[in-house]
This record gives sequence, C-alpha cells and structure tokens, in this order.
Amino acid sequence: MSDASGASAEVELVQLLTPEGLRVEHPLYSFDGDDEQIRGWYHDMVLTRRIDAEATALQRQGELGLWASCLGQEAAQIGSGRALCDQDIVFPTYREHGVAWCLGVDPIHLLAFYRGVDLGGWDSQAHRFHLYTIVIGAQTLHATGYAMAVERDGLVGTGDPGRDVAVLGYFGDGATSQGDVNEAFVFASSYNAPIVFFCQNNQWAISEPIERQSRIPLYRRASGFGFPGVRVDGNDVLAVYAVTTAALDRARTGSGPSFIEAFTYRMGAHTTSDDPTRYRLADELEHWRLKDPIERVRAYLTRNGSGDEAFFAGVEAEAADYAADLRVRCLSLPEPAMIDLFDEVYAEQTPYLVEQKARYGDYLATFEEAPA
Amino acid sequence: MISKLTMIKALNAGLRRALEADPKVVIAGEDVGKLGGVFRVTEGLQKDFGEHRVIDSPLAESGIIGTAVGMALRGYRPVCEIQFDGFVFPAFDQIVSQVARLHFRSQGRLLMPIVIRIPYGGGIGAVEHHSESPEALFCHTPGLKVVTCSNPADAYWMIQQAIASDDPIIFFEPKRRYHERADVDESAPPPPLHSARIARSGSDLTLVAYGPMVKTCLDAAEAAASEGRDLEVIDLRSLSPLDLALVAESVQKTGRAVTVHEAPLNLGLGAELAARISEQCFYSLEAPVLRVGGFDTPYPPSRAEEEYLPDLDRVLDMVDRSLAY
Repeated sequence: MSDASGASAEVELVQLLTPEGLRVEHPLYSFDGDDEQIRGWYHDMVLTRRIDAEATALQRQGELGLWASCLGQEAAQIGSGRALCDQDIVFPTYREHGVAWCLGVDPIHLLAFYRGVDLGGWDSQAHRFHLYTIVIGAQTLHATGYAMAVERDGLVGTGDPGRDVAVLGYFGDGATSQGDVNEAFVFASSYNAPIVFFCQNNQWAISEPIERQSRIPLYRRASGFGFPGVRVDGNDVLAVYAVTTAALDRARTGSGPSFIEAFTYRMGAHTTSDDPTRYRLADELEHWRLKDPIERVRAYLTRNGSGDEAFFAGVEAEAADYAADLRVRCLSLPEPAMIDLFDEVYAEQTPYLVEQKARYGDYLATFEEAPA
Repeated sequence: MISKLTMIKALNAGLRRALEADPKVVIAGEDVGKLGGVFRVTEGLQKDFGEHRVIDSPLAESGIIGTAVGMALRGYRPVCEIQFDGFVFPAFDQIVSQVARLHFRSQGRLLMPIVIRIPYGGGIGAVEHHSESPEALFCHTPGLKVVTCSNPADAYWMIQQAIASDDPIIFFEPKRRYHERADVDESAPPPPLHSARIARSGSDLTLVAYGPMVKTCLDAAEAAASEGRDLEVIDLRSLSPLDLALVAESVQKTGRAVTVHEAPLNLGLGAELAARISEQCFYSLEAPVLRVGGFDTPYPPSRAEEEYLPDLDRVLDMVDRSLAY
C-alpha cells in the first residue's frame, strides 16, 4: 500500500500479534485471555476458511449461483464475532460468514442463500444475526434503529453487563461512500445509540481501490460525526477482539457509538463473478499473504508450545470432514417452488394474491392432468 | 361520541389513540415533536408521550425509514412521517428494498409493522416537490400495502387500523383536504381497512376515485344529478390491495366506469383498474373504462396546477364521453 492511508497505517494500527506471530503491547488495548481461547479462534478461522473454500468450489461446479468469499478476513470476523455477549445482535453484509459461524448460524443457510434456494433461511432473531443485506450499507440504518430500540427498552447503561445490549453493524470500505451509512452515523450519534460500526476495509470495492472512497483513513471520519474511531489490524484476531470488546462495552454502558476500521485485505475476488486480475497486481496479493490472519496464530501457538502438529492436523481434518458433509447437505437442499411463495409476502394475505396463487395452481394442474 | 373535526385533528386523535393503546407505537419524522409537524398532525403528542415515543429525526428520509426497520425488528411499531410526497424518494430504497421484502425474505419470521405517512397531492399552491402523487410506485411494489383517506372519519380510523396492521402500510394523506371538517364518530366500528366504500349511490355510471379526488367526484356527481344523470362514486380507500369486488359489483350495475386520480395517467391506478374492470365486467360494459388524471408531465408550476389537476369539469367531460358510447 503506497497511499497515504497505507503509510499512516504503520503508526496508527492497533496490533497485538505481529504477522510473525509475536505478541506485542499496545498502550490502550490488551488481550487478557489464555492460549486455550486463541486455540478456539484458530479453530474458528480454519473452519471458516474451509467452509468458504468449499462454497467457492461449489459455485465453480455450478451448485451455487454466486459466492462472496471472506478469504483473508477471518480474523476481522472471528475476532469481532467472539467479542459479542449473549444478548448482543449483529447486522451483517453478505460476506460475514465467520461472524455467522460465531453466532451458531448453520453454514448451510449461507449456501442456500447463494444457491438461490431462499432469501435468508436462518432464524435471525434466535441467532441474533440479521439476514444478509445486499444493498450496500442499508443494514447500518437497521442496526442503528435496533440500537435506538434497545435504548428505549432501557437496556443500556443499567450496570448489568449480562443485560445491557450492544449492536454490531458490519459494512465495507465501499459502503462508507453510501448515504445510508453516513445517515446511520448521524442518527447513532444524535441519539447516542449503543452501536459499534465495524468496517472491514479490505481495500477493494469490486475494482475500486480505497483511494476512490476516501482521501483520509476511514476511521478518522468518525470524529466528524462525534464519536471515536480506531484502526485495528484486521488480520490480527487478538487485536480485533480487544478493540471490539472495548467498543461493545462502551456501547453497552451508554457511552454511545464507535467506529472500528479493521484494516484487512480481500484475498479473493469480490464474488465468484469477479476477475481481480483485471485491476490489481499480484504483488499486492503477495504482500498481504505474508500478513495472513491464520498463519500468524499458528506461528504464535507453535512458538508458545500451545499447538503441536497433532492439534493443527486435527483441526484440518475436522474442517475437511465438515466441508465434505456441508457439500452433501448443499446438494440435497430442497428446491423452492413458486406456488409456496405467494403466502410469504404479507402477514395478512391479500385476496388478490390468493386469487393469483389459485390461478397459478390451476395452470400447474393442467400439466399434471396431461395423459402419460 | 360524534365530533366535527378537520382531517388534521382526526389524524391527531387517531395517532393519540394508537399511542395510548400500545406502548410499542412510536412516531418518527422531521419536526413531528415540538413543532407538531409542519401540518400539525402530531401536535401535542411529544408533550404528552415524551421524546422517546415522538421522535424528532435528523433531516434524512432514508435514515427515518431505515432506523424504523431496526426498531420494528425489536418489536416496535414505528409510524414515520415523510414531510411531503416529493421527499419520499431519498427513502425509496429502504421502503421498496427493505421494508417491503423482509417478511418475504424471512419466510414470514420477521414482521414490518411500519406505517409511512405521506401528505400527498396538489392544489395548495406549493413549490416544486410538494404536490406529487407517487402512490402507483408503491402499489407496484409487492410487500407493501397502500391506503389513503378522503375524509376525517376515515382518517381517524384508518390510521389506527394501519398502525395495528402487521404489514407495512404507506398511508397517503390528501393535504388539500387537511382542513375540511366532517363528523367523526369515535364509537362507530370502522369497516375493514382494505375495503372500498360507496360514497354516493347511482345507477348510470361509476366514478372510481380515492383521496383528494373523492370530493371532486362527489361534486361532479352533484352537478350531473342536476342534468338528470345518476352517478355512483366509489372511494377506494385501499389502493393495494384493491377492493375490486365492490368496484366490479358497481360497474356490473352501471355498465360504465371512469377512474379519477391526480397522478399521471400512464401506468397509474386508473390503468390497473381499467384492466381489471375490463376483465371482470366485460359483458356488462357499455363503454370502455375511461380515465381522468394528471397529465404525463412533471407536476407543473403552481400557477398552472388548476389546469393540471382533474376538476369537476374534466370529470364531467369524461362522463359525457363514456355516456356517448
């Protein structure tokens, strides 16, 4: 990264684990957990990457209509997802597969969405993980409104950390140019809503580099809206966890919104329909490959004696088994039928749709009645 | 209890009843709090129900609707005010891409009990973007329901019914009728929200109208009566879904239908009505379904709006054309 934001990243980035796997101190943030926790996150990240790879393969084989890979962003997603308390809620984009994993959303639902089986099949309220939103940035307003409702419910700043609720809203670097995202910042700030805006700056909005969206580091925009912003090494799961935990606590205690810019990189294409070789150089990919979020944790665990070959091989084997099973389940997903969808438009069905459905049913019946 | 109220006071009373009836009802919009809205529809509500329930929003329409989605997801029933018809478009994406679809996307798990109030239509000599009739855009969007009141009694009841609905409702208020007074019986049980009503019975021709044009059509029917023509006037009330059964029954009786709205004709409500009346009443029709509407120009400068807006004479002209078949 040769731009101003990249250069300044070296001094402004919160980092607790270097790409070489060395723990480093930061004056404001620290990770106080143990290696068992880090082993768990390693497991999460490997599983997320393997599921992501399986989904990409399924798309290449024609089994998914599309897939938006989160390759390279595992630390940003697992670190933030694992920082959530049981009562917090997430509003994702369409790429938060690792966060979905943290909240117990069965990955088969994500595949079903991209296969074209449904438009969001998981129980978003039960999992506290809202449906994927494809319109860029629209969900940040939903997250803000939800946070405003939490505040109305009296669940902010009660002093009971097991009760107070924080909202975590995800979006990307491209979304920061959207009106909705800026409006979300205004509303959240104006009402002091208990929300954390979590921006994964993966450097690319399809083909447009971050410089097309912003002339200053994104996290600095927060101050213009009246709340703090911080840039964290998005490939450092420890730092992301520490920074997100602090921001969620801040929201829960009634101190208002904050902005996290997770500085990361989209190692894959925007989606399976994209060809990044048309707009970015292989050098850049190599540069970021050295900062891989999983490799640095593996290096740390190895160096610290907290993970041996048996552990790593075990996680790999589990991931492979999980992916194989997921593939089978994906291929056996039931096909949706138009006739079933008429009833899902409204809470109270309309006579017009009843009639339209009936006519379509009659039409379908003409095929069944045809003699063999 | 019967009282004579303007539509503004009737809406205010209806909103007050809704706020009293359900603590999850919240009102949000620009200037709806301390000011009571630019038309005073929400006057006094913030004072009585507090800033947490009657929310002055930042000046951002998409933000108003987008945050309402989030509040609805946590069990609230937001009633959003868009200050003027022409200002709904910054929120159009949130309405058609989010509000309208979340029930469908979630296989019915998520409810969007959001009411979006929009003062609409012309006739008040306003500046640009303050006289639009965009109802067809919302009727064309699956997942939304669209209603409009034509009189204070309907305003009082329909706003409460809309708020009680678990589906998102675009609630159009004919701003040029805001100050007209009529009896409101707060004890009479209202008809279902998505039903049309016969505003005037007649046997020669059916005028199908809604919102601000109902009064125009009633005036036209009155004038026609003096010439011995007996016109029936239907107030649609619900634009999506349409209560077509009542319309069809009427047209099968009269054999003629003229639709009337302020919105441009091309692909407006009149077009949908004409298609469906033709389909359902083909053997009863003595004339093609004819349409009166605004012209297919952008809304004109206000000194030309009297020419643009359908009035009694243009309605009667079309009635003549229908009766000439």
